[in-house]
Amino acid sequence: MMPLPWIMVFFPWVGALILLALPRLRIAVVVNIGCAAVSFALALALFTLPHGEQGWTRIDALNLPFVLLASFVALTTSIFSAATLAAEGFDHWRIRAYHGAFQVFLGAQYLALLSDNLGVLWVAIEIATLASVLMVAMHRTPAAMEAAWKFFMLCGFGIALALFGTILLYSAAQALLVPETGLSWVALKRVAARCDADTLNLAFVFLLVGYGTKAGLVPLHSWLPDAHAEGPIAISAVLSGLLLNAAMLAVLRAKAIVGAHPDTLAVGPLLMALGLASVLLASLALWRRRDARRFFGWSSIEHMGIAAFAFGIGGPAATLAGLLHMIGHSLVKSAIFFGIGRAAQQKGSQKLADISGLVASDPWLGWGLALAIGAIAGLPPFLLFASEYAVLNAAMAAQPWLAVVLALGLVVAMTALIHTLQALCFSAATPDVAPAGHGLAVLVPLWLHLAVALLLGLAMPLLFSSFLKAAAGMIG
Amino acid sequence: MSFGQLPYDLAHLLGGAVLLLSFVLLYQRRISAVINAFATQGALLALAAAWQGYVQGATGLYVTAAIAFGAKAVLIPFALHRLVRRFNLQRGVDPALGIGVSLIAGVALASFALLVVLPATAGQRALAREDLALALSVVLLGGLMMITRRNLISQVIGLLSLENGLILAAVGVAGMPLVMELSTAALVLMLAVIAGVFALQMGESFQSLDTESLDTHRGEGE
Amino acid sequence: MSILTGLVTQLLHLALILALAPVLTGCVRWLKARLMGRRGPHPLQPWRDLLKLLKKRPVLAENASIISRAAPYVAVGAALLAAALVPSFARGMLFAPFADLLLIAGLLALGRFAMALAGMDVGTSFGGLGATREMAFAALAEPALVLAALIFAILAGTTNLDVIIGIFQEGALGLRVSLGFAAVALLAVAVAENARIPVDNPATHLELTMVHEAMILEASGRHLALWDFQASLRLTLWLALLAAVFLPFGMAAPGAGPVAWVLGLCVFIAKMAALTFALAVFESAIAKMRVFRVPEFLGAALLLGLLGAVFLFVSTGLS
Repeated sequence: MMPLPWIMVFFPWVGALILLALPRLRIAVVVNIGCAAVSFALALALFTLPHGEQGWTRIDALNLPFVLLASFVALTTSIFSAATLAAEGFDHWRIRAYHGAFQVFLGAQYLALLSDNLGVLWVAIEIATLASVLMVAMHRTPAAMEAAWKFFMLCGFGIALALFGTILLYSAAQALLVPETGLSWVALKRVAARCDADTLNLAFVFLLVGYGTKAGLVPLHSWLPDAHAEGPIAISAVLSGLLLNAAMLAVLRAKAIVGAHPDTLAVGPLLMALGLASVLLASLALWRRRDARRFFGWSSIEHMGIAAFAFGIGGPAATLAGLLHMIGHSLVKSAIFFGIGRAAQQKGSQKLADISGLVASDPWLGWGLALAIGAIAGLPPFLLFASEYAVLNAAMAAQPWLAVVLALGLVVAMTALIHTLQALCFSAATPDVAPAGHGLAVLVPLWLHLAVALLLGLAMPLLFSSFLKAAAGMIG
Repeated sequence: MSFGQLPYDLAHLLGGAVLLLSFVLLYQRRISAVINAFATQGALLALAAAWQGYVQGATGLYVTAAIAFGAKAVLIPFALHRLVRRFNLQRGVDPALGIGVSLIAGVALASFALLVVLPATAGQRALAREDLALALSVVLLGGLMMITRRNLISQVIGLLSLENGLILAAVGVAGMPLVMELSTAALVLMLAVIAGVFALQMGESFQSLDTESLDTHRGEGE
Repeated sequence: MSILTGLVTQLLHLALILALAPVLTGCVRWLKARLMGRRGPHPLQPWRDLLKLLKKRPVLAENASIISRAAPYVAVGAALLAAALVPSFARGMLFAPFADLLLIAGLLALGRFAMALAGMDVGTSFGGLGATREMAFAALAEPALVLAALIFAILAGTTNLDVIIGIFQEGALGLRVSLGFAAVALLAVAVAENARIPVDNPATHLELTMVHEAMILEASGRHLALWDFQASLRLTLWLALLAAVFLPFGMAAPGAGPVAWVLGLCVFIAKMAALTFALAVFESAIAKMRVFRVPEFLGAALLLGLLGAVFLFVSTGLS
């Protein structure tokens, strides 16, 4: 009997094979949602297993919450995609390719989160990236081609650097490892203290730059806004919600290994510098964007920067805040993309100037989007407010001046977001192109995400928080 | 192991030959010459992997060598030549940076790689250190080629030669788990397939494979 | 005793080089012709041409100065001296202590200098054109040569050619990446210095493609004989240098007896034959480069030499 994590990884891929054979839209979306629902059930079942290894996968406190989050977002995204895919007008080849790539991406995502072996982690992130490149290029417009090519090239370069870092890490620990353990994360962490400090430093730099590209950290972030702007809207949701998290977790695991050695250079300042740069650049860029999806892509860069900054500060409290921030960001950002996607289809354009007055024309959608944008701006009582507050707290304790700069960036971003919120939701309505209708398949996921974010922000279940505290302790 | 012993020397020499071909890639002006140089680099890489397999006694490396040869020395250059003929591409490479400047930048990057890797890996065997330095140089030169070329095929070849450097690094570290080498070698094929799909798509949409035509669609399209 | 053997080997070497040089040029020409499907001139033809030209009186332009008269002798003298320093079949010749790579490079530069001056002396446009091109190429080729010498010097601890060959012969150094880069750089420099395809066509008389020929266009009679002999000497010198450094086996050790010399001689002839064949095949296989591409070519050789030197420097400095 195959261990449950392995089933979790392989099942979406089997689903992908089935989906590649289904040309009709109606059947394909049902099968897609079915696969995502089964994955969600499997993720819930994973909580019942004891923590530990199953061959090349591992269940621990760090990846369980994120696997659950990933499967939840996947489920709601597949429901949303079912509602909006008809409007894209794909032919049957592209329907097959889209659904196949979707499930391949999910399988790779679960593999990246669950794998114990650093090499398998690398392969999984690579597969996920390639699947999302295919999805970004779906529309075949010149802008889509440009976005997909930039994505492909930049991430190809980043992933190569990450592989080099992995090889360096292995070569540092090689003499101390038992051969069968290979690149196991736990084994590496155990022997890290006796490895050569310089090699570990060099390996971490490569891993940070490589996986940081995937996570959208400045300076290798330029693929992110364009990739979010092109392709079917569901891809933006999964990119922001899932791929960025997987990459950031990979960086965290590397940090844990390198941090186990007392003499290595402090990786905190590196992470803090990249995170702060991301926040500042994004907060300024938010004021100049005119395309809605690109706007929220930059917002993703900003939030990943905040998470990186939190991880850079180090210590259990800040790491916990960072992890919470990542979870909250996934939930709320996908909700935003659901709303924006529906709104763009209604108004017939993605530009911010063309989408306006949502509250007037479609109240459920308008208010949902307004709340979601407010949440992403860090307004209470959603989860992001709590995590940002915790990050600022920890920053004030560790590095007061940097905390001031971070707060400044956050305020600038917040004002930009609220300004856009007003323009999108409350000002005079622009004409609708498509019928407004109650798109339940869109509204239910949106409000569900908001509800979960609210719940986690106000009263986090004890089980969840104990997991995250353990995870923060693991990383150190 | 040190100089004067055949296993070390030959491994080192093969690594140096791969690096030399990275420079040759930067130097070429015609597309078919670039593709042929890339094929030669793939063949040399396969040879290096096979030699490491012989020296380390790791039979898995022979598989890696076979995949590298089949993919990079045969299949991918063949497909690229077909692509060039199909779109009747202009044969020049159109570098964004002059060839002389690219070569100087290449030497600077190779020296940088050497200066970064050698001190940082002071605790290891000399063979492993120099191989890592050579591999990083190949990676950085592949990256340079990606940056300084406007033709889509040259960019793809830059990315693939970057992967060559990674394979060189992976086979050089003794005892590397097989999954790394095999997955690297196999992912190259995936990358090449996707790049090929792109090239076909772009060629049909834009009637050329010059990525400068993509620049106007960057960002907001303003 | 050792001085005597040194003297004998030196004289024998000089005689060998003097006799061999035009034959080598003739062989290259004959092989190229055969490869192209022609019968080709006899390999000894250059000797016949030389002897014919030596008997003729040179014709000089009205405004030719002493440079046109003296330059051929300076060039031949420099080439001969340099050729005397590069060992062929035996090491430890009389002039071995002076056989410094930098000295050889300097002598080659002296010969080039004389040729360029002779080209510019009369003031014709062809001469000036050839001289400027030759000097432009030399500006990149000479540093490449010096960098290759640097690589050898780091490996062997000295720039003395004899000692370098001795250390390479022992084989303790093994194959090295830097040596590979140095070999590529030196080959490029050799092609440029000897005015071979792809840098320059030795058989051309079209002004767009002339470099070497342009400078000696005005020469005639015994001056032309000396210029041709000088070119043959340089080619022999370069081939002997490449054979000695990269194929050092078979050379007689210092102070060995006549048996070792004979063995060394046979090996030397074999090496020269192989290199000549390789040169002929190479020249027949590729086309001449456009003139403004040659600096790129030589620049690449220079950068390769630089890279090899950096590799060697850093790896020996750090290990």
